[in-house]
Amino acid sequence: MIPAAFEYYRPKDMAGVLSVLEEHGDDARVVAGGHSLIPMMKLRMAEVPHLIDLQDVAGLTGISIDAGRIRIGAMTTQHEIINHAGLTDAAPIMREASLQIADPQVRYMGTVGGNVANGDPGNDMPGLMQCLDATFILVGPDGERSVAARDFYEAAYMTDRADDEVLTAVEFAAPNAGYAYEKQKRKIGDYATAAAAVLITKEGGACASASIAMTNLSDTPVYSADAGAALVGSSLDDASMKAAVDAMLGDIDPTEDNRGPVEFKRHAASVILRRAIENAWDRA
Amino acid sequence: MSNKKHFKLTVNGEEQEFLAEPRELLIHTLRERLRQTGPHIGCETSHCGACTVTMNGKSVKACTVFVAQADGADITTIEGLGNPDNLHVLQESFKEHHGLQCGFCTPGMITRASKLLEENPTPTEEEVRFGMAGNICRCTGYQNIVKSILAAASEMNAAKEAAE
Repeated sequence: MIPAAFEYYRPKDMAGVLSVLEEHGDDARVVAGGHSLIPMMKLRMAEVPHLIDLQDVAGLTGISIDAGRIRIGAMTTQHEIINHAGLTDAAPIMREASLQIADPQVRYMGTVGGNVANGDPGNDMPGLMQCLDATFILVGPDGERSVAARDFYEAAYMTDRADDEVLTAVEFAAPNAGYAYEKQKRKIGDYATAAAAVLITKEGGACASASIAMTNLSDTPVYSADAGAALVGSSLDDASMKAAVDAMLGDIDPTEDNRGPVEFKRHAASVILRRAIENAWDRA
Repeated sequence: MSNKKHFKLTVNGEEQEFLAEPRELLIHTLRERLRQTGPHIGCETSHCGACTVTMNGKSVKACTVFVAQADGADITTIEGLGNPDNLHVLQESFKEHHGLQCGFCTPGMITRASKLLEENPTPTEEEVRFGMAGNICRCTGYQNIVKSILAAASEMNAAKEAAE
C-alpha cells in the first residue's frame, strides 16, 4: 500500500500552486484532505508525480454569510460545516448532508472543495450543490471564473475544471425552504446506494418551488428539473409524488455494482426520494 | 528513488526530526521510525480506524496521511495518553468494563474516544455510537466499548466537579 514516489509541494499562496500546475500539466494534482486521492494513490490507480498540498494556501478556508449569500472556502472540512452554527441556521441541509458523509475521522479531513471537484459520482456534495443551485469559483492562469454546479459535471471524474485550474470556493443563496438530505448506504463510511437532496417552498398549502438532485445513480450527480416541476402547484398528493418519482427515474442511469443490480438501485432511489420529499415538505 | 526530505513532528510531546520520502505514510513513520507501535495497521485502506491518532486536534487515520502532510504537526498516540503505571481514565474504564477482547482495535478506539469526550464531555449513548463509527471492532459487538466510554465520561465529569 505504498504509492509511487512523488515530488511534494506546500505553497503558501495560489500563485505558487498555479506555477506548479502550469509547469507540470496533468502530472500535477492538488490535494486537500486527501481521503479520496490518497487511497487511489496507494492502490496505484492514480499516479501523481507532483503533489501540491493546499493546506497552507491562504484564503481557502472559512464560511461567510452575507445578506443571504453563503460562501464556503474549498478547504473547509465537513467537521467545520457540521459545527458552524451560522451555516446551520442559514442552510441546515449542509449539516444534515455532511453528517452522512463517511465517518468522524474522515470528516475532520474531508473538504467541500475536494468533495465537489473530485468528480466521483459517489461523493455527496455535488448533488447537494446542484440542489442548492450553487456556483463554483475556479482560479487559473487567466484569473477567476465561476461555473454553475448544474453545468460542472461531465462524466465520472470528468468536470468542467481545466487541469491548470483550482476550485477555491462554493457559493449559494441561503435556501429559505424545507429541506432534506436522505441517503441509503450499506454501512457508515460507504457511498450511497441512493441519495436525494430536496428543497421545497410552500405557499398557501401548495408547493411553490422544488429542487431535487440525486447522488450515485449515474456517472454524474443528477439534477432532475422535471421531478421538481412535477411537485409545483400540488399539495403533495399521491399523483404528484408519483409523477416526481417517475420523472427522477427517467433522469437517472444507475449501473450494477456491489451495491446491487440496476432494478434494486431504481427501487432504492424511489424510496429515498419519497422520504426526502416528505421530510422537506414537513419542514417547509 | 531517493527524494528524501527533512521533516519535523511533535509526537507525544517530543520533537522528532528525520529524513523520509514524502510518500511515507504517517502510520509507518510512527510505528517503524519512531517506535510508537500503539496505533495499529488494521486495513490500511481508511476503513477500520485502528491507526487513529490525534493530529493538530483532529482524530485522523494515520494510514491516509502522508508524512509530508503531517510536517510540523502535533501528534498524540495512545502512548501519549497513558502508560502501564498511570493508565488514562479511558484505559482504566475499558479494562474495568471489558471494552476489549483481542485488543487490536483498542488503541485506535481509546485515542478516538479521548477526542470525542474532549469535544462532547456528556455524550448520550447514541452520540458515542455515532462518534465512534469510524472505528471497527470484530470481537465485542461494541456494547462494552460504548459502556466503557460512557463510564469514563461520568468519571471524568465527577473528577472535574470534585476539583471545582
